[in-house]
Amino acid sequence: MGVEGIGARVLRKEDKRFITGKGRYTDDHNVQGQHYAVFVRSPHAYAKIKKINIKNAMKMPGIVGIFDGKQLTGDGIGNIICGWMVHSKDGSPMNMGAWSALATEYVRYVGDAVAVVVGETLAQAQAAAEAVDVDYKVLKGVVSAEEAMASGAPQLHPEAANNIIFDWEIGDEAATDAAFESAANVVEIDIRNNRLVPNPMEPRAALAQYDAAEDHFTLHTTSQNPHVARLVLSAFYQVAPENKLRVIAPDVGGGFGAKIYIYPEEIVCLWAAKKAGVEAIKWTADRGEAFLTDAHGRDHVSKARMAFDANNKIVGLKVETLANLGAYMSLFSSSVPTYLYATLLSGQYNIPNIHANVKTVYTNTVPVDAYRGAGRPEATYLVERMMTTAARQLGIDPAELRRTNFVREFPHQTPVIMCYDAGDFDASLDAAMKASDYANFGKRKAKSEKKGMMRGIGMSCYIEACGIAPSAAVGSLGAGVGLWESAEVRVNPVGTVEVLTGSHSHGQGHETTFAQLVSDRFGLPSENIQIVHGDTDKVQFGMGTYGSRSGAVGMSAIEKALDKVEAKAKKIAAHMLEAAEGDIEIKDGEVSVKGTDKKLGWHEVCLGAYTGHNLPEGMEPGLKEGAFYDPTNFTFPAGCYICEVEIDPNTGVTSIEQFVAADDFGKIINPMIVEGQVHGGLAQGIGQALMENATYDADGQLLAASYMDYQMPRAADLPNFQVSTTETLCPGNPLGIKGCGEAGAIGSPPAVINAITDALGHNELAMPATPQNVWAAVQAGGMKDAAE
Amino acid sequence: MAKVEMTVNGRSVAADVEDRTLLVEFLREGRNLTGTHVGCDTSQCGACVVHVDGKAVKSCTMLAAQASGSEVTTIEGLAGNGALHPMQEAFRDNHGLQCGFCTPGMIMSAVDMVNRLGPKLDEATIRSELEGNICRCTGYHNIVKSIAAGAKTMGKGMKKAAE
Ligand code: FES
Ligand code: FES
Repeated sequence: MGVEGIGARVLRKEDKRFITGKGRYTDDHNVQGQHYAVFVRSPHAYAKIKKINIKNAMKMPGIVGIFDGKQLTGDGIGNIICGWMVHSKDGSPMNMGAWSALATEYVRYVGDAVAVVVGETLAQAQAAAEAVDVDYKVLKGVVSAEEAMASGAPQLHPEAANNIIFDWEIGDEAATDAAFESAANVVEIDIRNNRLVPNPMEPRAALAQYDAAEDHFTLHTTSQNPHVARLVLSAFYQVAPENKLRVIAPDVGGGFGAKIYIYPEEIVCLWAAKKAGVEAIKWTADRGEAFLTDAHGRDHVSKARMAFDANNKIVGLKVETLANLGAYMSLFSSSVPTYLYATLLSGQYNIPNIHANVKTVYTNTVPVDAYRGAGRPEATYLVERMMTTAARQLGIDPAELRRTNFVREFPHQTPVIMCYDAGDFDASLDAAMKASDYANFGKRKAKSEKKGMMRGIGMSCYIEACGIAPSAAVGSLGAGVGLWESAEVRVNPVGTVEVLTGSHSHGQGHETTFAQLVSDRFGLPSENIQIVHGDTDKVQFGMGTYGSRSGAVGMSAIEKALDKVEAKAKKIAAHMLEAAEGDIEIKDGEVSVKGTDKKLGWHEVCLGAYTGHNLPEGMEPGLKEGAFYDPTNFTFPAGCYICEVEIDPNTGVTSIEQFVAADDFGKIINPMIVEGQVHGGLAQGIGQALMENATYDADGQLLAASYMDYQMPRAADLPNFQVSTTETLCPGNPLGIKGCGEAGAIGSPPAVINAITDALGHNELAMPATPQNVWAAVQAGGMKDAAE
Repeated sequence: MAKVEMTVNGRSVAADVEDRTLLVEFLREGRNLTGTHVGCDTSQCGACVVHVDGKAVKSCTMLAAQASGSEVTTIEGLAGNGALHPMQEAFRDNHGLQCGFCTPGMIMSAVDMVNRLGPKLDEATIRSELEGNICRCTGYHNIVKSIAAGAKTMGKGMKKAAE
């Protein structure tokens, strides 16, 4: 490795602009003739729209247009779709209800957009939006998944009887049932995975420009995948043909999944700019709007049973899950509680028989889709709480029960589709136990008890699937798109390099890590390398960034393109130096003939490629190569997290005394950035475990819709993290990368809850473990003790 | 309308603004200083922190008119002339940022923290002083490290200046 090559802790190239206030996020862009959009939103969870009266609002100063859903659909703008087809166990396709970007007849959640007001200034548009008078017939709605399926529940979409979107299963039910019959022990748990709001700090925004002379649109937007946005806006929503629509995702302030989807606001701003005859419309969500309209995450209720033989080997797992998908099916909503969830229920363990049944339902809540981890946190939470609960019931150490069941031979085919390619689960468990001084926990507990505090320790051994792909495989499971990635490496005549990538960076540091690949390959300084992303006019079609795929898939595409560039450069150099191609070596910015002093500067070879004066017979000039990389399998990051907590029984306040992470991400390009990804993931996972909760009241009002009500983890809520890595290379891609973006959020919640339940001495604890919940659990434990 | 006059990053500016104009709007829209961000509407996230007469202020919670007559420093003016303030450098050196959205506010709060409490800041103090700044990306681990390091460098500068 060079100082800036693979494995080096290179400081981030992108930081200079961010630390000096020169980052350029969507809302920082302003253009000539810019107007402002404000959305009129439903205050009701479920209602029929009787009439929209815009007369007074239209007369207000600065208002150039007010448009509703009938006009939108009348202009042929298509409904918002879910792009992953899932079939019920009876073979019928999922029941997708219609979702218009502006509601036409019914509103189905608080925040559902009914109309858009376009004004010259934001203040004018806001004032007029207040004056739009919508006459609603309020209907009784339904908030929880259980209630939605109950008989007599309000019916939200005519397409979905009993509000059921699909009733899906995976695994062999008969074989699993048989395994339970001969089991020595069966352990049961009922768990709820709390609903979360992703909350990237930059709120969503859109700046839609319309050039009437060219009939051409440009959209600046907060997107993790600008090409997918353009494709969907064109092909499905009929906003404009792809060649007439440029989508730019400039600096984006965090995504975490919430910025994958193409939301009503982008569609409406584009359409309304043309309709209102203005040059541009800007919309920026305020935080309240973000809470009410960004896709939420999680919200599962599950029952699980695990069967063991007399040697504590797992013989079967049965799971029933109810997933709340909210009022409409968001873009990837169907895949999250199915192929991204139930396929990971085998965890790190040999489980010969698994059966899972997943029902998804509509409710009058914000649509739910992928949020950091997407399905895998829900699977991990279930499996890892089960393992710890089982260990307690079986009377053995939780680490021991895990070791008894670890997968140790690879490849390992699970009964739920996934084929694990590599891993060493003992190594990460050993590393985490050592780092946490697990052996001496008892002493620390005694100390806490002396102070009148409770202390607990918990672990979680997670495995997840990243780099979501291969295209053919996900296609057979219902995905509407391929999940490869593209790259183009453009070497300039002077030897500097531009890499155009279909991945998108919104905090992950691609401008640094992707440049490290080029540095490593040719020995060029990173300042000679530019990473270009996020603009459909500049970059070839690409799939974007989610599911921790930019390393395993995006960087693999760059590697492939670099292979081609290297091969051509070597041919040119061999010709120029009159040597055999196989003897050419490119290193430290020099191109030499091995074992001789014959050499050229890298820039000389590049210039040679472009002058074309002395190229091998028949070779095209230039040095620019592209590649598409489609992986052969998912990748499987795995690791072990250990959390130690101290609880004040008088207040229920939990403090995290230590948090240890030992992850196996395969090859690591930049350890500094990888550690940062783990820290951030852990904070979100600990947030889910201890405080975050998107609660609705019975009328469908989101009670936690601001930072005063939805508790985001603050600095004082978290400890310093002890993170380390072990390494088994991923055999499926050229670099051996597994991916690291989501692991922290996937693995941490069960570690925290297992630690708290360890301190409590019983399992009756709901997530999030707020002081109130923990205090109640402490009291319940006390009563239990008294009763025994 | 209100007439406001203030010094922003060393330059005096005057403008007539609507009474309700917030300082953050005045800076972002009026002065095109888009390094100051808006992350919430309840005065909690701290993405908007600037210095008004040397003290950290949430610019989303102050009217432009209230800042009239003051000296305002934004992230763009913290060092100036292409140089970096030690706190800015510390954030880069310690990977104290990911998406960068919270970063200007974090850095402005951090500098204020050192100005108020001195350069010797322990972890617990930094964490509790960050009460008004939310970051969703970093888990705060490297932000805390950055602030401790930046404070140390600022301390050396203060000592030198005193000598
Ligand atoms: S924008 Fe000022 S505190 Fe959030
Ligand atoms: S770096 Fe993204 S919010 Fe802090």
